[in-house]
Amino acid sequence: MRKVLILGATSAIAQATARLFAAKGDHLFIAGRSADRLEMVRQDIAVRGAASVGVFAIDANDRARHEALLDAAERAMGGLDTVLIAHGVLSDQKACEGSVERALVDIETNALGVIALLTLVANRFEARRSGTIAVISSVAGDRGRKSNYVYGAAKGMVTLFLQGLRNRLAAAEVQVLTIKPGFVDTPMTAAIPKGGPLWAKPEDIATGILAAIEKKRDVVYLPWFWQWIMLIIRMIPERIFKRLSL
Amino acid sequence: MAEPYTSWGLYPKLPQRGVTLSWRNQAFPAIAGEVLPRGNGRSYGDSCLAENGTLIDARGLDRFISFDPTTGRLACEAGMLLADILDVSVPRGWFLPVTPGTRLITVGGAIANDVHGKNHHRRGSFGHHVLGFELARSDGRRIRCTQDEEAELFPATIGGLGLTGLIVSAELQLVPIEGAWLDVETIRFEDLGSFFALSTESDATHEYTVAWIDCLAQGSALGRGVFTRANHARASGGREPRAPRRIPLTPPISPVNGWTLRAFNELYYRLPRAPRSLQHYRTHLYPLDALRDWNRLYGPRGFLQHQCVVPATSAPEAMRAILGAIAEAGDGSMLAVLKMFGDMPGRGLLSFPRPGASLALDFPFRGPSTLALLDRLDRIVMGAGGAVYPAKDARMSGETFRRGFPDWQKLEATRDPKIMSAFWRRVTADTRKES
Ligand SMILES: Cc1cc2nc3c(=O)[nH]c(=O)nc-3n(C[C@H](O)[C@H](O)[C@H](O)COP(=O)(O)OP(=O)(O)OC[C@H]3O[C@@H](n4cnc5c(N)ncnc54)[C@H](O)[C@@H]3O)c2cc1C
Ligand SMILES: NC(=O)c1ccc[n+]([C@@H]2O[C@H](COP(=O)([O-])OP(=O)(O)OC[C@H]3O[C@@H](n4cnc5c(N)ncnc54)[C@H](OP(=O)(O)O)[C@@H]3O)[C@@H](O)[C@H]2O)c1
Repeated sequence: MRKVLILGATSAIAQATARLFAAKGDHLFIAGRSADRLEMVRQDIAVRGAASVGVFAIDANDRARHEALLDAAERAMGGLDTVLIAHGVLSDQKACEGSVERALVDIETNALGVIALLTLVANRFEARRSGTIAVISSVAGDRGRKSNYVYGAAKGMVTLFLQGLRNRLAAAEVQVLTIKPGFVDTPMTAAIPKGGPLWAKPEDIATGILAAIEKKRDVVYLPWFWQWIMLIIRMIPERIFKRLSL
Repeated sequence: MAEPYTSWGLYPKLPQRGVTLSWRNQAFPAIAGEVLPRGNGRSYGDSCLAENGTLIDARGLDRFISFDPTTGRLACEAGMLLADILDVSVPRGWFLPVTPGTRLITVGGAIANDVHGKNHHRRGSFGHHVLGFELARSDGRRIRCTQDEEAELFPATIGGLGLTGLIVSAELQLVPIEGAWLDVETIRFEDLGSFFALSTESDATHEYTVAWIDCLAQGSALGRGVFTRANHARASGGREPRAPRRIPLTPPISPVNGWTLRAFNELYYRLPRAPRSLQHYRTHLYPLDALRDWNRLYGPRGFLQHQCVVPATSAPEAMRAILGAIAEAGDGSMLAVLKMFGDMPGRGLLSFPRPGASLALDFPFRGPSTLALLDRLDRIVMGAGGAVYPAKDARMSGETFRRGFPDWQKLEATRDPKIMSAFWRRVTADTRKES
């Protein structure tokens, strides 16, 4: 029975993943910035079989309360062995180009808040020599593109941070999982017209996340074919890439 | 993959876009013009299509709210699939009191069509087990509806075709079971008369009864078919059925044609069967769910369903006339399903189930000849004092609809002024004054 903390638990992908944990009878501690929404998620996963569900309202950027969040999770579940960080915002690229403030706020949410919490979690898990850290990054972090490089840069920072962290924590047998979804049909992408085989459902991503955790994977593209798409995209020489509209 | 919004029969084809809802405390979407609540799009015709193309997609409202395994009372959001309820409730010993032939419909859709199942003779329809629901109206009101608190909106919404507001959440009473398996008996019968006799006998002893009819058989074999009756069992039958297969794309030409239909019906009737067996509930109650997107098999032109109910007294004659008309047209149906409804009147103003015999048929859409055949069936049903099921309809005349559902004006009076379906516009158009 796992003891799982999820930050950004009201995200569509996180909810779908929480349901899978719940169906396995795990303990859950869900955190996010909206108390109303957290309560709705709590009710749902409680019925779906979670051994217990704790709730903690916190803005991911409220770094002063990150220690309190971890303490509360450990207290509620009698321990903590799995952390899933899922929150994020899809930046309005054009707005970020016109406003330093906008760009930095999004980078704070997508990267700094994540890194802050990871730093604390890493120290706890390293000392215990066990645990799973899973973070939702994005394929967008694999290469900067004009259509979303503010978002991409923040995700890229998370990806790189996780890579280093994994290297550090390997000796302590702590799993560090970088999750890179492609296009997922969630509220985050509500404004984007959808259709076609590249779009996945949050449930599909959740299944992939759980499998990657159980198989102790390091990096996972979801669905799998994004690994090949991104391989090709990363291989295009910069000289050519800079002229493309992707 | 995000799928486009169609009706299950893929006919008619009206372009649709959806506004998605993710949280039950979200306000009724502020959109100029008319909208229609949408469940999982398992209605065959245009009752799940918006007249002007804007749907309020409620599938994102798919959370449980509470479940008490000691009483079987369940509260959930209205976009939840019946499949998800069963996944959680069956291992704890509870089952849906009423379920249609697919578990891939939402609670909102189940209420809006007051759906029925193979146990109508025992349990009535879905609405009989709804303890209450919350309705969001376009004027911003949130109304908790129960039989006692909302004497108008409660019955108007059950079978209300989504027109009275967006159902946000609902409370249901489940029924206790001892396991996931059913004790099923299968009996071949030679003609319609034997069907009625088998029904009368079995409805007294079995929870689920239904018959498949070979609708291409003629003469003395008219109405022959296969009857199944089942009860929930305590015993387990072994391994669970495997996950569904998928029809990946729409074949350019439908493999469902006169020849394959004839072969299918003949084979299905003759198929050797174990007279009695244990079947998993998914296998017995939802055989079609094993093949996801099977509707694509009918090809790009889509298909039409026709489901009617006629009073028991006129049933033998009406069923003979309908089957005769189909056999004559040579335009058979693979999935001809016949069932006797029980005496329990529906709780909804426009509930379709009522005492009598109900026959459901489907037809590949072949243009005017298909429509003419269905009009002919309507005339037989009307002559017998019956009704045609809106959830399955894409073409009945306004007059046919209104004769089958004389309380339609009461629903029109409680309709949310911002809500309109292609179906409702169609069957009420000739009653609206030209402006
Ligand atoms: C294989 C198959 C077998 C079937 N067998 C049966 C059967 O045995 N018995 C039977 O009765 N039916 C049967 N049906 C029909 C099906 O059960 C109904 O059409 C059902 O209403 C579909 O529900 P849905 O969630 O897909 O809703 P949709 O088809 O999307 O919508 C149906 C109606 O419900 C309304 N609606 C949906 N959600 C809401 C909401 N949240 N608030 C307000 N209104 C809402 C819509 O406006 C629309 O009027 C079958 C269908 C299929 C495909
Ligand atoms: N959808 C995609 O195509 C896609 C692709 C690749 C990666 N991803 C990543 O997947 C993760 C989950 O996103 P999703 O697709 O499931 O979208 P989503 O449903 O919109 O979820 C985003 C979540 O982030 C939360 N959030 C935003 N800012 C926050 C803050 N400051 N503090 C706390 N929580 C905050 C939101 O909380 P509220 O509920 O309170 O708003 C919401 O729960 C994100 O990291 C996203 O970048 C998504």
